[in-house]
Amino acid sequence: MHVRQIAIFLENNPGRLADISHTLAVSNINIRALSLADTADFGILRLVVNDTDKAQKVLKEQGFTVGTTDVLAVEVPDKPGGLDSILQVVRTAALNVEYMYAFTKKSGETGILLFRFDDLAGAEQIFRAAKLKVLDGEEVHNL
Amino acid sequence: MIWNEEYETLPREALEALQLKRLKAQVARVHATVPYYRKKMEDAGVAPGDIKTLADIRLLPFTTKEDLRKNYPFGLFTVPLERVVRIHASSGTTGKPTVVGYTKRDIQLWAELMTRTLSAAGVHSGDIVHNAYGYGLFTGGLGAHYGAENLGAAVIPISGGNTKRQIQIMQDFGSTVLLSTPSYALNIADAMADQGIDPATLKLRVGVFGAEPWSEAMREEIESRLKIKAIDIYGLSEVIGPGVAAECLEEQKGLHIMEDHFLPEIVDPDTFEPVALGEKGELVFTTLTKEAFPVIRYRTKDISRLIPDVCTCGRTFYRMPKVTGRTDDMLIIRGVNVFPSQIEEVIMGVEGVEPHYQIVVTREGSLDNIEVQVEVSEKIFSDEVKSLETLSKKLQHEIKDLLGISCKIKLVEPKTIQRSEGKAKRVIDNRKL
Repeated sequence: MHVRQIAIFLENNPGRLADISHTLAVSNINIRALSLADTADFGILRLVVNDTDKAQKVLKEQGFTVGTTDVLAVEVPDKPGGLDSILQVVRTAALNVEYMYAFTKKSGETGILLFRFDDLAGAEQIFRAAKLKVLDGEEVHNL
Repeated sequence: MIWNEEYETLPREALEALQLKRLKAQVARVHATVPYYRKKMEDAGVAPGDIKTLADIRLLPFTTKEDLRKNYPFGLFTVPLERVVRIHASSGTTGKPTVVGYTKRDIQLWAELMTRTLSAAGVHSGDIVHNAYGYGLFTGGLGAHYGAENLGAAVIPISGGNTKRQIQIMQDFGSTVLLSTPSYALNIADAMADQGIDPATLKLRVGVFGAEPWSEAMREEIESRLKIKAIDIYGLSEVIGPGVAAECLEEQKGLHIMEDHFLPEIVDPDTFEPVALGEKGELVFTTLTKEAFPVIRYRTKDISRLIPDVCTCGRTFYRMPKVTGRTDDMLIIRGVNVFPSQIEEVIMGVEGVEPHYQIVVTREGSLDNIEVQVEVSEKIFSDEVKSLETLSKKLQHEIKDLLGISCKIKLVEPKTIQRSEGKAKRVIDNRKL
C-alpha cells in the first residue's frame, strides 16, 4: 500500500490554514508531513496524517474540498547527497516529478521523501530496481 | 444646430398624424411579409386594420429578444436578402447573436439620424471626428461613421483600443470630437494623465458617448478631466443602432427620441400596461419606417420615462432621461452586452463544475472588469496546481470565445457563494455608475 496523501483546496484568506489545523487538532489527528502549494489566487495544502480516513471525514464536515492521492515514500540517509542519490535515479529514468516534499524521521539518521508521479507504479518499480528503500504506507502513517 | 428643422420641430399634432400614417403602413407591411409576426397578431386577435389611432398600438403583441432568437438569423427580415446591404449583430441571451439587417434606404435613414445626433451635440462640417466606437458587427462604429460623414465632418475611423496611439492621433490630427463609450473616454483621460499630457492642449471640444449606462457623476468627471462637453446618446441594434435618441448641447438634459421614425412607449415592467405619460417604466419601441428589420413594440428592458415638456433647443420630440436600469440582469461591460445566462452556459459545459457561480463586476480606474467565481467541488479538485490552473484557463477562453471579453476566473471554496431561497443572486455589480 502506498502513502495516502490528503489535499485540501484553500482560498487565500486569512485564518483558513488555522481552520484546518484546528479541525485536525480537536479530532486528535497527527500530521506527519505537509506541503503548501500557493498561487496568486488559491492554495493547495497536502498532508500526510496518521488517520487519513478520519481526517478526510472531519475536514469534509467542515466544508472543505478534500481529495486523496497516493504518493511514493522513499527513505534516505540524512546526510549530504541523500536527496541527490534519489534524484539521479529519477533523472536517468526520465521520470517527471509532479511535486515532492520531505521530512526527517530522525535527525542525522533518516529522512523521508514523498513523491507525486503520474505513473506511481512505474516509478516504484524503477526505485525498487535501483535498490532504493520504498516505504509502505502503513509505516509512514504510523510513524 | 438642428439638422432637420422640418421634422425635428414638427408640432405635436402634425408629428402624431405622421406617426399614425407610418405606423399603419409599417404594421400592414410586417403583417404581409413576416409569417412569424402575422401569426403573433392572429393569435392576439388583431389585424392591421384595427390600428386606427396611435393608442391602438397597445392591441399589438410585444416583440422580445426571445422572438429574435427564435428567428435566428434572418427570420424577421421583411425583404429578400438581395435587398439587404448590411448585417450587424449583437450578443443574445443564449449564445446566438441578435442579427439585424439594413436596406440601402435603412442605411441612409441611419446616417440621417446619426447626423441629427451629432448636430445636436454641436458637431459640424469642418470638425475632425475621432470615432473610437468599435467597427465591426457592433453597430456603434459604422453607425456613427456614416452620420459624421453625412454631416460633412472628417472622420478618423480609429475604432477602439491602443489608447496610446489614439492620443497620439488626437494630438497630431487635431481631433475636435470624440465618439466612444464613456468608460473609454475616462480610460483616455487616465492614459493622458500617465503620459503627462494636459487635455487642454488638445483641440477636443465635445464627446458623444453611448453604448453603456453612465451617470451624471461620470459626466462631470469626463467633462472636467478632458475639458470637453459630454453628450449622451442612446440606441440599440434591434431598433437601428446609435441614433435612436440624443441629447442637445443646449440643455444636456434628457435625450430627444427621433419620434418621426421610432414610436416610444413606456410600460409597467410587471403588467406590461402603459403607464401615465411621464411615469417610469420599461422603454418599448416600434420602428415606423425601417425596411429590412422593423420591430413592433420591441421591449428594450431599459428603464426610463418620457419627458413631454418642450425643450429650449426647439426640438419637439419627447425626451427620455438617461437609462437608469434594466428589468433583466443584462450587464453592459465595455460596451458588450453580457447576460449571466451566457456565462452560466459555459460553466455548465465544463464537466464537474458546480452550478454555483457568481459574477462580480468592478470598475478599476475607468475600465470594467468581470470576475467569475466558481466553487471548487471534489469532482474538479486536484492536488496539482496545474490542473486547477488549466481549468481556470479553459473557462476563461470559452467565455472569451462566446462574449469577446476577457474575465478573471476565481476558484473559491465550496459553499462560499451565497445560496438564496428564490432567484439566485448571480451578479454583484460594484461599479459606481
